Amino acid sequence: MVSTARSAAPSAARANRRLAFRLLVVTAAMFGFGYALVPLYEIVCDITGIGGRTGVVSEAAATTGGVDSTRVVKVQFVATVNSGLRWAFEGPQEPLEIHPGKVYEANFSASNLSRRPVVAQAVPSVTPVGAAAHFNKIECFCFTRQRLEPGETRIMPVRFVVNEEIPRRIGTLTLAYTFFEAEPDARSAARDDAASHGTRTNG
Amino acid sequence: MSAATTHDAHHDDHHHHGPDPGVLRWVFTTNHKDIGTLYLVFSFLMLLLGGVLALGIRAELWSPGLQFVDPDFFNQLTTMHALIMVFGAIMPATVGFANWMIPMMIGAPDMALPRMNNWSFWLLPFAFALLLATFFMEGGAPAAGWTLYPPLVLQGGANLPFAIFAIHLMGISSVMGSINIIVTILNMRAPGMTLLKMPLFVWTWLITAFLLVAAMPVFAGAVTMLLTDKFFGTSFFSAAGGGDPVLFQHIFWFFGHPEVYIMILPSFGIVSQVLPTFSRKPLFGYESMVYATASIAFLSFIVWAHHMFTVGMPLAGELFFMYTTMLIAVPTGVKVFNWAATMWRGSLTFETPMLYAIAFVILFTIGGFSGLMLAIVPSDFQYHDTYFVVAHFHYVLVTGALFGIFAGVFYWLPKWTGNMYDERLGKWHFWLSTIFVNILFFPQHFLGLAGMPRRIPDYAVQFADWNMVSSIGGFGFGLTQLLFAWIVLKCCRGGKQATSEVWDGSDGLEWTLPSPAPYHTFETPPAVR
Ligand code: HEM
Ligand SMILES: [Cu+2]
Repeated sequence: MVSTARSAAPSAARANRRLAFRLLVVTAAMFGFGYALVPLYEIVCDITGIGGRTGVVSEAAATTGGVDSTRVVKVQFVATVNSGLRWAFEGPQEPLEIHPGKVYEANFSASNLSRRPVVAQAVPSVTPVGAAAHFNKIECFCFTRQRLEPGETRIMPVRFVVNEEIPRRIGTLTLAYTFFEAEPDARSAARDDAASHGTRTNG
Repeated sequence: MSAATTHDAHHDDHHHHGPDPGVLRWVFTTNHKDIGTLYLVFSFLMLLLGGVLALGIRAELWSPGLQFVDPDFFNQLTTMHALIMVFGAIMPATVGFANWMIPMMIGAPDMALPRMNNWSFWLLPFAFALLLATFFMEGGAPAAGWTLYPPLVLQGGANLPFAIFAIHLMGISSVMGSINIIVTILNMRAPGMTLLKMPLFVWTWLITAFLLVAAMPVFAGAVTMLLTDKFFGTSFFSAAGGGDPVLFQHIFWFFGHPEVYIMILPSFGIVSQVLPTFSRKPLFGYESMVYATASIAFLSFIVWAHHMFTVGMPLAGELFFMYTTMLIAVPTGVKVFNWAATMWRGSLTFETPMLYAIAFVILFTIGGFSGLMLAIVPSDFQYHDTYFVVAHFHYVLVTGALFGIFAGVFYWLPKWTGNMYDERLGKWHFWLSTIFVNILFFPQHFLGLAGMPRRIPDYAVQFADWNMVSSIGGFGFGLTQLLFAWIVLKCCRGGKQATSEVWDGSDGLEWTLPSPAPYHTFETPPAVR
């Protein structure tokens, strides 16, 4: 009758527990690593400019460098509303021809088409890759959340500057905004939709 | 072995010496063989359940138009089918093999942490009860795909917290299982069983367990972020709050690609045991197999973005992930060639496990090739999210991982039960499965190349014929699995008495034990040559 399995020998059991504990630490570290991917991703996006993220500068800082009036860059505007948000949103129809280093202003306009007050956040993105790092905003409606009453329309300006170091190969860049509902409340949104379309929903 | 062969006589001497009578045995057991059996039975039930959901999908896709289910329920079917198969069928089945075989293969008396082992298993029924309960909730089960991409996954009904909690439980279960396996392999080998003498199945599981410990917690983090985004006001993935939904895809696939290797590596191991036995030759290139497995595991952490070539990455990123992905084909090729070389000039016989192992090598390789096509960025732009991807991963997962599991069951069943299974029925199971699975999945390549998207309940009439063929294969394959249940049941109840060696060419410690393997084995370590 051999009842002392080797796992029960005290020294072996201790070694097993120690190794198991170490592996548990690795597990916890990997859980943390999952979260560490969030800032890492931000950093990679900022370095490479792939997220299309734009910079923010003060009026003073924007105008310290000279204006390069020998160069013309075309800036196009795109305005989009994320699904589920009942807003109309438009940007300037015509592209703007700008000189690097000079401050410009463009006006967007948004209206709330729904029957309730809505708070929304605009998220900017600049393409092509490599342009975003040189696109800086001084003032923008995307800096804060926007609240519109039912039926309200608001003109939303953005003041920006494209700095002189923007690579020569970039002749046209696109500034795109998407409005997302900031505090989406699925139930009230569904009710609102149901009310305005007269359809049945299961929200 | 004396303790092993006489344990029946001493049945009541000591509670360690035989299984407790009654069902509570299964609840409280810390015996690696019992727990292995529990895992295997559980995974088979999940295979049937996931299969029923898949047949719901194939019934709906039998012809164009909507016939049986509404689109939202269809999405619940695809999502739950995948979650159940991945976390309920394939993974627990391989853990079941690990529990049963690893201690017997390395000459250990049991797993290193037997009580934790019991816990690892018993979390699973609760996890799946939670997951399945979502079918009955307002808004139904998760329907955003097993990849749980936001924002869609955050827009479903009441299921999200339940599904996420279920995933957490599954994750805890598999991480505990893996820790146990690593500790067992590293600390409990019989004297003389050096690392490079371990059977390849043990090696593949050691590496799989490390993958699990590294990848599962990342997944747990990702779903936790979904949870806090939905309920606690964080915005990891919400653009409105400064987050980014693409970030979820990166985190998910950082886990997701290693996950696919978690599912396949144990089957690599099983096939590497089966082929030498029935070729009556040692495994060709044993060491290169070990190194190939390790390099596959390493590479699997740096290829994840091949699942997201179309999200808009810089060219350098696309190229990096394309080349690293293709690099995986090199160690994978080493394995396939070694398997072929093992059979080369062997004296082959074709019992059911061998048939499954050979089919595995051939059909898994087809899946590998379609994987290579998907790895080519410009091609993937066309193939992404089409049935071609569905065909790819079902070749590697069904005719790969699942066929490896079938090979393993037929191979070790005589050792587990003490009886030979019915070889004639085994061959029927093999041929029916192999023919139907190809009827099921091969046409999906054509559908995908012709542009049929995945995860849709309805499709253009041009896709009708191949979908019907595929559905016929699906029902055939599904029904064939009932035959599998019958063969296993029949073998448990009786049959020709199995010898210790079971197979003519078997080699390894497990074959030195009597069949059925006694409840306690290797309480005194065996001598290893
Ligand atoms: C030669 C090795 C392999 C290569 C080159 C490869 C490549 C790829 C690529 C590029 C994709 C993404 C396709 C797309 O969504 O557009 C993919 C998807 C997939 N692969 Fe593989 N693969 C390989 C092996 C495997 C193995 C061994 C497994 C599992 C055992 C596997 C499971 C999957 C799964 C599950 C998906 C789809 C995931 C989803 O979107 O739901 N692959 N594969
Ligand atoms: Cu992958």
